[in-house]
Formats: sequence, C-alpha cells, structure tokens
Amino acid sequence: MKVFNHRFQRYIMFPLGLTPYVFGGILIGIAVSSVYILTGTHATQSSFFTSTLSYFVKHPFFQREPYQLTREWRLYLAAGVILGAFIYTITISPDGFWVSSIPVWRFVLGGFLVGFGTRLSRGCTSGHGISGLASLSVTSLYAVVTFIAVGIATVYLLGVLGF
Amino acid sequence: MKQQNIVLFVGGLIFGAGLAVGGMSKPEIVLSFLKLEDLGLIVLMGCAAGLDFIAINIVPRFIKKPFLGGEFKPRERKFGRNTMIGAIIFGVGWGVSGLCPGAALSSLGVGNLPALAGIGAIFLGAYIMGRWFG
Repeated sequence: MKVFNHRFQRYIMFPLGLTPYVFGGILIGIAVSSVYILTGTHATQSSFFTSTLSYFVKHPFFQREPYQLTREWRLYLAAGVILGAFIYTITISPDGFWVSSIPVWRFVLGGFLVGFGTRLSRGCTSGHGISGLASLSVTSLYAVVTFIAVGIATVYLLGVLGF
Repeated sequence: MKQQNIVLFVGGLIFGAGLAVGGMSKPEIVLSFLKLEDLGLIVLMGCAAGLDFIAINIVPRFIKKPFLGGEFKPRERKFGRNTMIGAIIFGVGWGVSGLCPGAALSSLGVGNLPALAGIGAIFLGAYIMGRWFG
C-alpha cells in the first residue's frame, strides 16, 4: 500500500506519507465525477444543512426552490457519507474507530461558524474546493484561498493563546 | 426510490469512504494541515478536483447529456461581499473545530461521537444565517 511513501516520507511536508491522501482524493473524485456524469448533479455538502432545515422551518429563505428541489437527494448523499465512512472503518480501515480528544466546545463554537460561514459564502470545502474549482469558478477560487488562509491564521492564533 | 437518490446515496458512500481514507474525518489531521505540519489535504483536494475537472470540462465534449437525465452545467456562483465574509467566518470555524460540513458527517461515521455536537452546531449556524441574514 505504501507506494507513494518511500521518497516523500523524508520530507516534513507529508509525515504520514502521500498514500492515504492520494487514495482518499481519488475516491472522492470518483464519487463526485460519476454523480455528475450520471445525473448532472454537483455532489456538494453544505447545502444539506439548509435544505434539510426546509422540512421544518417555514421561513421563506428555507422554502426557496433550490432547497425544495434538492433536499431529498441531499439527505441520501449525507446518509451515504456517514455510512461510507462507517463501512470503511469496520472493514478495511487499519485504524478502527476514532474519537477526537479535541474539547467539545471547539466543535460547538467552530461548527456554528462553519454552518453560518459556508451558507453565507454558498459553498464549503467540497462546494467551492472541489466542484467550484473543477468548474474553474473564480468566485470559488477566492473563497478557497480565503478560508484556507483564515483557517491557518486561526489555528496559529489559537496556538499563541495556548489552545 | 428515485434514480437520482440512489446515485447520490452510492456516490455518498464512496465520498464518505474517501474522506475516511484520506483522514479528513479526523479533525486532528485537518488541524495538522492548518498548522502546516502535514500538507496532505492539498493533495487530496487536488486529486478530487482534478477528476471532477475532467467530468465537468472534458466529458461533456463527448456525451451531450448525463446518462440518467438532467443537464451538464458547471458550478457557478456570483461573486459578492458575502462570498468573502462567509469564507472568512468558515475559515475561523474550520480552524477552531477541524470540521467542515462533509468531514463532520464522515467523522460521525468513523465513530467520532463528539462530532455530533459539531453537526448540531452547523445546523444552528445554517439556521441563523438563513433566518436573519438570508
């Protein structure tokens, strides 16, 4: 399995080697590209949260047509993502289950900002980062460069503050 | 079950497995990328976007329409102030939590139950955005 590791392992840029990243990226690429070739749909993630809220929230923003028309397949996509990770974990994964040691307040605070920010920006790591960049969208390029740079700055700042 | 739902479900299975294989379902690995200790996530995103680039820009030259219906249409979003403000807020949240929307879902799949708190918070953030800032 460690086909890509032998030379790159020595570089500090890839301490875990390249193999998991290359295989993971190819799997995600196969998923999004085959969904597109079969149905013309961009399998992106963050709209799932708004479109699923449209089942419960009557406010006009959530009842917009794009959310109404896509909320069903977005549920199936999200269920697939959870189950796909689960099946991989209980079958061929070398690691088994994983429970983070990151404090839960960071998931709550960070998650809230992720939900708010991705919906305001109309895209996340998959919407802007994969489908948007693959569509050569300049909007997505600006968004990706911005959220990666801000993410790096945030982690750096948290480090300085002792977290 | 509708054809599109089946395709998206199976696509989701592969997508979720890919996120787990590539380590994105572990927030610790995402944070090690943002600490610039491990640049593997750029490779992962490049592989995924590269394959999707072929599907979006090259495949439609050879086949007119998607096999199961629908249309080929690249993903375009108008650029605006909210694109950038949203990306900045997302970036802060990403750095705080190590979660992004798809990775949070797959994190639950690899057994990371604390990620449920993150998923709930993403719903809340999406709600507040839509309800008062939409």
